[in-house]
Amino acid sequence: MKALLICEYREGKLLESSYELQAFARLLGAESAMVLIGSAAQAPKFDGKVYLADAGRYGEYNPDLHKKLVLEAIAKEDPDYIVFLHSSYGWDLAPRVAAALKAGQITEIVALVEDKFEVTCCNAKIRRSVAAKTARTVLTIQAGAFSFTGEPQGIPQLERLEVGDETGKVEFIGYEAAEPKDVDLTRAEVIVSAGRGIGKKDNVPVIAALAQALGGELGASRPVVDAGWVAQSHQVGSTGQTVSPKLYVACGISGAIQHLAGMKKADFIVAINKDKDAPIGEIADILIVADVMQFVPVFTEHVRRQ
Amino acid sequence: MKILVCIKQVPDMESRFKINSEGTWYDEADLAFRMNEYDEYAVEQAVQLKEQLCGEAEITILSIGPDRVVEAIRKGLAMGGDRGVHIQDSKYYQKDPWQIAATIAGYAEKHRFDLIFTGMQSQDRGSAQVGVTLAEQLDFACATTAVGFAYDSGSIAVKRELEGGGKGVVRLKLPALVTCQMGLNTPRYPTLPNIMKAKKKEFQTVPISELLREAELTATGRMYPPAKKGAGLILEGEVANLSERLFALLKERTAVFR
Repeated sequence: MKALLICEYREGKLLESSYELQAFARLLGAESAMVLIGSAAQAPKFDGKVYLADAGRYGEYNPDLHKKLVLEAIAKEDPDYIVFLHSSYGWDLAPRVAAALKAGQITEIVALVEDKFEVTCCNAKIRRSVAAKTARTVLTIQAGAFSFTGEPQGIPQLERLEVGDETGKVEFIGYEAAEPKDVDLTRAEVIVSAGRGIGKKDNVPVIAALAQALGGELGASRPVVDAGWVAQSHQVGSTGQTVSPKLYVACGISGAIQHLAGMKKADFIVAINKDKDAPIGEIADILIVADVMQFVPVFTEHVRRQ
Repeated sequence: MKILVCIKQVPDMESRFKINSEGTWYDEADLAFRMNEYDEYAVEQAVQLKEQLCGEAEITILSIGPDRVVEAIRKGLAMGGDRGVHIQDSKYYQKDPWQIAATIAGYAEKHRFDLIFTGMQSQDRGSAQVGVTLAEQLDFACATTAVGFAYDSGSIAVKRELEGGGKGVVRLKLPALVTCQMGLNTPRYPTLPNIMKAKKKEFQTVPISELLREAELTATGRMYPPAKKGAGLILEGEVANLSERLFALLKERTAVFR
């Protein structure tokens, strides 16, 4: 069994998450080769073949050309699996490669169960096992689900990858940096975050009051920020800030993977949610099963009295 | 300009899910359904573009599923869509993303759309494949995960959201497909007069058998609840009592009150 692992490269650097592909391939028991559209200086540490195409020539993001490059590597390597990270790069490119091959694609794998791939659905409340019916299969793996332990090692055997220089249908203009943060949640010892479960914007001060009573900062989940209830600078998660406070209190946050990615390193996690099955319960040290808007004011009063 | 918006109707994610008797999908009984949240941004962007073009656009709202999805299509029409298309399929959950994309492509090929909007993924299955696959099947330019969108004389600029909060800006020429991320815009609430008007808009119903010619490429085995890790403590009961217990536990197990 062979797997072709597609590395990620952005702003001149190999992304560390590329090593998660190696961890996954190891678990799969597959012999593997990697593809990097980047630079030789940034080749991944790996005891095996790395197909290398020059990002200077093919761009860091050019889905049509990158698709052709990956297809070229597939033609040379003849893999059973083509594996991407489930990321802004991977979920964009994987279906293009799968469509060109007319191969089955399995998205955002979180685990291997026997010979099938496990994926989540309905906000991680249910899992499905999925199998491909095609000879080749395109896979994307959930970020963080297959962590690479130890130091990456090995000297890759580089092989040049080239395709014609035609332009693609998507023209890359440039990067825009993340907005500067006026609130630095990464230094906060206590964060109390509001999720959609608080019901409405008018309830935000109730959550902020608990944050203040605990001497901490107000955080927020993505839907609350998108709805305009709390400023983006307070967002915790994969597209917001990654935090590691001593105490994290999640108020009415169900626990989407993107949010968990930003706060699971907190020393102690308290979740308040009326849904006992909410995925946040999986990582919380304490899950308070209650209506968040009933519980929080009572608890804030309690904290203030001490 | 001819615009297509592909939407899905999904259960409220706050629901408690049960597995159906086939063991391969959730049981739809007792679930409240609504428009997939990502798709609301897709509809809104189409309507904003039509406004920018001073009405010189026609927006088709399409959905695949059982009869309940008509309600989601009507919402899209009340938000500003012009015509609805319901592709009837009571066994929609047995189709894989390749087949769903092929079905829409079967419809789209006959109608020559300039621009297609989809959500970046559905909240239930979350394959994030249908939009991109549809673009590939139609040979459209495609940008995913849009958090910014601008149209100017035949070309569009899309801001793609990247990990860490940065963005990648890309330009595409029509015909194109854009998959929409949350936060792209502020989806409007349909007003009562618009809800009434939506009921009179053109509405077409097509059985899926007329459009789907492709076999599935992947198959769902079982569907099941995740194994409970059960590491944490679950507290239930009266609010006052819960508050006491939480306070005592935080005092004992964290340094916050020291």
